[in-house]
Amino acid sequence: MSAHELKSGPLEYRTQEGRMSILGFWIFLAAEVVLFSTLFATYAVLYGRTADAPVPGELFEPGIVLVMTFLLLTSSFTCGIAIHHMRRGSVKGLMTWLIITLILGLGFLGFEIYEFVHYSHEGATLQSSAFWSAFYTLAGTHGVHVTLGIGWAVLLLIQLAKRGLTTVTSRKVFIISLYWHFLDVIWIFIFTSVYLIGMVV
Amino acid sequence: MKLDEFFVTGEPLVYGGMVSIVLVTSAVIFLLTYFKRWGWLWREWLTTVDHKKIGIMYILSALAMLFRGGMDALMMRIQLAFPNMNFLNAQHYDEIFTTHGTIMIIFMAMPFLIGLMNIIVPLQIGARDFAFPFVNALSFWSFFFGAMLFNISFVIGGSPDAGWTSYTPLSGAAMSPGPGQNFYLMGLQLSGIGTLATGINLMVTILKMRAPGMKLFKMPIFTWSTLVTCFIIIFAFPILTVALALLTIDRIFGSQFFTVTGEGMPMMWANLFWMWGHPEVYIVILPAFGIFSEVIATFARKRLFGYHAMVWSMILIAGLSFLVWVHHFFTMGAGAFVNSVFSVSTMLIAVPTGVKIFNWLATLYKSKIEFTTPMMWSLAFIPSFVLGGVTGVMLGMAAADYQFHNSYFLIAHFHYVLIAGTVFACFAGLEYWYPKMFGHKLNERIGKLAFWFFVIGFHVTFFPQYFVGLDGMPRRVFYIIPEWMPLNVISTVGAFGMGVGFAIFVFNIYYSYRNSEREKTGDSWDGRTLEWATPTPVPFYNFATVPHADKYDAFLDMKEKGETTFEEEKLEPIHMPSNTGQPIIMMAIAAFASFALIFEWITLAVIGLVGVLIMMGIRSFDYDEGYHVEVDEIKRIEREARGL
Ligand code: HEM
Ligand SMILES: [Cu+2]
Repeated sequence: MSAHELKSGPLEYRTQEGRMSILGFWIFLAAEVVLFSTLFATYAVLYGRTADAPVPGELFEPGIVLVMTFLLLTSSFTCGIAIHHMRRGSVKGLMTWLIITLILGLGFLGFEIYEFVHYSHEGATLQSSAFWSAFYTLAGTHGVHVTLGIGWAVLLLIQLAKRGLTTVTSRKVFIISLYWHFLDVIWIFIFTSVYLIGMVV
Repeated sequence: MKLDEFFVTGEPLVYGGMVSIVLVTSAVIFLLTYFKRWGWLWREWLTTVDHKKIGIMYILSALAMLFRGGMDALMMRIQLAFPNMNFLNAQHYDEIFTTHGTIMIIFMAMPFLIGLMNIIVPLQIGARDFAFPFVNALSFWSFFFGAMLFNISFVIGGSPDAGWTSYTPLSGAAMSPGPGQNFYLMGLQLSGIGTLATGINLMVTILKMRAPGMKLFKMPIFTWSTLVTCFIIIFAFPILTVALALLTIDRIFGSQFFTVTGEGMPMMWANLFWMWGHPEVYIVILPAFGIFSEVIATFARKRLFGYHAMVWSMILIAGLSFLVWVHHFFTMGAGAFVNSVFSVSTMLIAVPTGVKIFNWLATLYKSKIEFTTPMMWSLAFIPSFVLGGVTGVMLGMAAADYQFHNSYFLIAHFHYVLIAGTVFACFAGLEYWYPKMFGHKLNERIGKLAFWFFVIGFHVTFFPQYFVGLDGMPRRVFYIIPEWMPLNVISTVGAFGMGVGFAIFVFNIYYSYRNSEREKTGDSWDGRTLEWATPTPVPFYNFATVPHADKYDAFLDMKEKGETTFEEEKLEPIHMPSNTGQPIIMMAIAAFASFALIFEWITLAVIGLVGVLIMMGIRSFDYDEGYHVEVDEIKRIEREARGL
């Protein structure tokens, strides 16, 4: 609660509030890891239980998924560049790269929605079997996270435009960057354990 | 939907419930209006971010829930006292054991302990509030509205009736249509979010806001138990979140996770539920251990024996608690190998638990025990809890569990650990810290009367249940056969004894408010830890000056050195967070969305969800930085509180 502010070091770490929020967010991410682990475990347990619906190997297409992976991985990279600009004190650089990140994220979402619509036209819906329920819930939860992240980042962009870089805004941006990288890591697991395995089996 | 489908009809007891809800609500509204207290209620309580007030609200709600759960229990005991009773029918009985279990664990035990943590932990570590006071208020309101949502089900829509474990496929849409089970899912989901947030909040508070000099291994033991509990919360609650969400999607959107069609897997629910559920029982017992440790050390007037062993055994218990969940369904066909593994891990938990028991005994050994009421609860806890633990190990032997499982033997086991552990601790903690919260003690004589009624009632209720269980009485039946009658009658008598004890306990709150002597110092029991260093009632900023705490039992050390938390020359302005109405509004909207989802009114639910998102957006743009309490103001408050 004290107002003592350090004079050096990254802006987001200078106040006690900043340090506590960042630690709190790391702990929140630990809880998120548990959440996704549970979903992965559910998916693994229900793997192959497709009932009368198509099996994943028939539907998964390497092309789309590779593009999605490429978009999201790149967005993680541009997000890193954004933070780099923040550390250098450049609001303009930060905002530019953050916007690029969001556009890549939107592209990812677009493909994901297309993919879901496509699968359900082929007869694989949330309702059609335990396997597909697990698939949609796992990938969908990730997608919802990305959507929320985009909405959140837009709010932060407005605040950055209004207030510039302060201990508070830089803390917020730093935290959302952690979130964004986290979603990327989750996607890598989805890519390998859902899509790659789904395609070969 | 027709109105008579919306309200529960045709049940005299439920009509009685409706009438009393209407009466109590109108009485509250009338009193608040008559005494012109609405503004006060809003400013001082509903919008507060002060951890002490939030803690008090937690405890009040938990006491109300204890009352509700207790009424459920008494109704069940009446029905089970004699063969051929027609007090409750099968359906009503099912609903009542479901709400009883869920309310007691989720809406009574946890909030009660979290309430005590709220008030005491920041004081014990020399902090001025939580790391995130806003989030703390949010947590409270999410619990509160979750609890209200769950409780309203018995008059609107119908109660859930698939047990607190809500096993699939019984709890799925095919076998339990209608809103009842949805109430369970959404009530727990809403309050679970708050619990997780509290876990994170308290963990950061403890890790980052300790008084200078207080190393981790110098922390008071209750704070340690809280830290370990937070760890369990953070790793267990997301599992519940997912389990509840999957079942919700199953029921409302037709997915096939736990169904018997579409190759769903009902057994997966049992696994997910207990992967959370077993850690959960440790979430409600570890803080209880912490409370007993504090109380025993204070009234044995000795340093806690084996502090390090106590801490390490808690850490060990926390780790093991994630590795035993299968012992809840040994009989459901996991196979000999799996059962053996989990049998061994289960029995292992008894080892660190035993270490703790011996440490308490060693603390008591050759000490001058002061028989205050909190101490009496702690002394009653030790042998009673041992009974619960030993029968736990019996249940943990997979082969024997085929005999005990789902019988009253199991019921007796978990009531021996939950009541003699958690409930005794809640009472002990409340009475022990009561003077810190309200500035006067609870009357000792009345407190002891309540104690004897409750403790004797408890043993009379549950001890016979071990034997009626061995005689073959299964749990969750609504009738008994004549052979089981004698022990059941005894059980029912004991239950009413506990009821009397609880009533006396509550009466004591009123009586002491009127008659108890007001505390003049902050140190009511000649305490050892920092919470006793502040004046009573605690100023809203807790510590005028934060003490240096490099000794275990820091306050004892301060007293020896003649230090206080009011060193005038060291005073500085104190930064405090402002009150805000956002948490209660946000969670009210979330409760609205959940309510709509319970009745599967999807459009309304989406509108509510958008409302919650808007509230989050508003919060994001809220740059309120709090305010400063100036030095003169602090001096005035402290002088007045200390009678200088
Ligand atoms: C020595 C430590 C303990 C051991 C070895 C142990 C063992 C067990 C076992 C094996 C069961 C399952 C029995 C069955 O379903 O047939 C069980 C059930 C249960 N235990 Fe424990 N337990 C211990 C401590 C605790 C504690 C400390 C609590 C809570 C404060 C607790 C709460 C429960 C509950 C609530 C159930 C029953 C849940 C249900 O089926 O509704 N146990 N215990
Ligand atoms: Cu267990």
